[in-house]
Amino acid sequence: MRRGLLAPALVATAALALAGCSSDDDSGDSDSGSIKIGIKFDQPGLGYKDGDTYTGFDVDVATYVAGKLGYEPDKIQWVQSPSANRENMLSGGQVDMIFATYSITDERKKVVSFAGPYFVAGQDLLVAADDTSITGPDDLDGKNLCSVTGSTSAQRIKDEHSSDTQLLEQPGYAECVTALTAGQVDAVTTDDIILAGLASLPANKGKVKVVGNPFSEENYGVGLPKDSDKCEDINAAIQTMIDDGTWQKLLDKNVGESGYKPNESLNPPKPAACA
Amino acid sequence: MTDDSFTDDSFTDDSKGEPVHQGYLDDVSTAFADYDVLGAFWVNIQLTVYAGLIALVLGTVLAVMRISPVPSLRWAGTTYVTLLRNTPLTIIIVGCVLGLWGQLGVSLGTGFQQNFFRLAVLGLAVYHAAFVCEALRSGVNTVPTGQAEAARAIGLNFGQVAGLVILPQAFRGAVAPLGNVLIALVKNSTVAAAGSVAEASVLMKEMIENRPDIILTIFVVFALGFVVLVVPIGLATTSLSRRLAVAR
Amino acid sequence: MSQLLFDAPGPRARRRMVWVNVAATVAVVGIGVWVLARLADKGQLDADLWTPFLEPDTWLDYLLPGLRSTLEAAAISIVTAAIFGLVLGLGRLSRSRTVRSVSGVIVEFFRAVPVLLMMIFFYMGLPRLDVVDAADVPLVAVVLGLTFYNGSVFAELVRSGVHNLPRGQREAALAIGLRRGQSLRSVEVPQALIAMLPAIASQLVVILKDTALGYIITYPDLLNSARLVGTGNGNILQALVVAALMFIVINYGLTRLASLLARRLGTRTAGETRAAPPPLAISTKG
Repeated sequence: MRRGLLAPALVATAALALAGCSSDDDSGDSDSGSIKIGIKFDQPGLGYKDGDTYTGFDVDVATYVAGKLGYEPDKIQWVQSPSANRENMLSGGQVDMIFATYSITDERKKVVSFAGPYFVAGQDLLVAADDTSITGPDDLDGKNLCSVTGSTSAQRIKDEHSSDTQLLEQPGYAECVTALTAGQVDAVTTDDIILAGLASLPANKGKVKVVGNPFSEENYGVGLPKDSDKCEDINAAIQTMIDDGTWQKLLDKNVGESGYKPNESLNPPKPAACA
Repeated sequence: MTDDSFTDDSFTDDSKGEPVHQGYLDDVSTAFADYDVLGAFWVNIQLTVYAGLIALVLGTVLAVMRISPVPSLRWAGTTYVTLLRNTPLTIIIVGCVLGLWGQLGVSLGTGFQQNFFRLAVLGLAVYHAAFVCEALRSGVNTVPTGQAEAARAIGLNFGQVAGLVILPQAFRGAVAPLGNVLIALVKNSTVAAAGSVAEASVLMKEMIENRPDIILTIFVVFALGFVVLVVPIGLATTSLSRRLAVAR
Repeated sequence: MSQLLFDAPGPRARRRMVWVNVAATVAVVGIGVWVLARLADKGQLDADLWTPFLEPDTWLDYLLPGLRSTLEAAAISIVTAAIFGLVLGLGRLSRSRTVRSVSGVIVEFFRAVPVLLMMIFFYMGLPRLDVVDAADVPLVAVVLGLTFYNGSVFAELVRSGVHNLPRGQREAALAIGLRRGQSLRSVEVPQALIAMLPAIASQLVVILKDTALGYIITYPDLLNSARLVGTGNGNILQALVVAALMFIVINYGLTRLASLLARRLGTRTAGETRAAPPPLAISTKG
């Protein structure tokens, strides 16, 4: 009686554990005809998981480029690639390319390759719709600023523009916007197109606005593994997309609602030569 | 994998994933020299001490409420413990910042940094108070019923029974579970990151982000930091609980 | 069993209680009204911030899948943690000194390291090894973090469970000719495990709550899904309130289940099955 108790318990737990493991493996095997693209899941207007579908400018551009590379939309596997993990995921071979507000920098180029840029964003500020006192990063002395935890954009304002700025760090920009609409912070800072995506949401419309005075240049590129051979093809696809007017259409569709206009002198960009 | 891109003096051979031993140590020490690891842990210690003291007071009040003669107080204490104990700490801390401060305008200090630190202390304290209350109740259970009966028999009222007879013995019986709450609190202080407090877990994440090549070393250093904080608490409460145990 | 700490309140005490209750109710209601007024003032009570939670899509696309992820991570973790804990627990009961101390060090290490730290480490380390599919990295990182921490808690439960069995159990086993290992395997550990079940159920509450830490590493758990709803609809506060309520209901149910288990299993083991201790502490109902 007593003797029989331990063995079945062990078998049951082992079976459950195996069941857990095998369900992991199933999703891991992908047929060779598909492509894994890293995007953000939580940035409305750029990369946002909306139920079972994905929306946003990055998603649409990625779908277009993948199409030109020969991958139908149903062959695309979307993977969440948060900022902190983009290089890790590319070097580990976990994604084939990344469209996730990924700025091309020299530091990153040492670890990964980039195609593009397909958009030039700039750091900007999101303020309350009726706020006229803030027109740029130098107006923030004595004001309160919100950014996401660990982001460098807020630190840049403190270091280079307004040293007397108080900083709230939150897990996501949506939390920042909540603090902004409640009047506890005066501005939210990150790239202008991300802010425009937030301002385009129905719930935020009329309450917040993008200042429209970008003070940095962020070249959004397509992140690729270091020795990828796809760069030339992707650049060609981006050029076609810009030339045939699709680029403008996608931009208007995703972030146009907020009245945001990208930096005219830098957009649309010309894809840089592949290294 | 990556080369030494964040320090100027590169000792490592950047074509190879595994640098020579000497170079690796130098590499790690320069990486750690750039960050204030001790300062980050100091924030966790401060969070723990302040939140621990408040949680101890609040938890004791709750425990007294739950054994008090007043039905409504018992109900309030029980409800508090049920609600707080079952809510993820992250939600409580974010709620303190976005709700309490963001919407209700409750500010606990001058300046953002002080305010968020105190809000995080508050969030940690109200959450762990529920566990302090439970630990004390288990301590109350170590007190034989005869103690309470004798105390009432000599005419003490509830306040005297609880304050003079039950609680002093309950605290001694609850040292071990209270120690466990304190250990949990040390570790949970990392969740203050959700409330805009820069502490050890934030620093660890930042360091790994900048130096993914030495990820294991970074993790082990931070993990050992917590081991150093937690193990003495465990040892101390174990020996204290033996020393203080009421001989029955 | 209850009402040991005080005499039944007399008429004067009862009158005083009524007054105190009235005052307390007024105070609580007052604070509640102030909070609601502030929230209404800030527009947080606007109907359109709450109505998304009445729409089936919010539940079907976000909250229920989020809940599923939370339960999935918790279910896998409880099993793996139980195995990990059983192995380490037996290790701590081993006759070999080396096995005992190695198991002890492992247990103490993982009990001391914050779950959040472990999750961040696995989350950022796993992609570099490319051993799990990218989409599964957050789940695996959450499960590993929860397994190591809760497994070490279980290891302690196994050890103390065996130690707390009446000595007669082992003596009887040895007396009928079982060896020490046999006694451990066939008599003591099975009873310790049954005695542990309520504690495992209570630990499930801890695991469920800790899956919420997974949102920091993008695991699409209940909290993360709620945040996505809040991001899309501009109602993050409301989303957090709904998520908190869901957590409370589920965890409360689990706690009740744990104490139910404790009572029903009492006859199946010589060990103690109490999940929560009843004697002096007044029964918490009314």
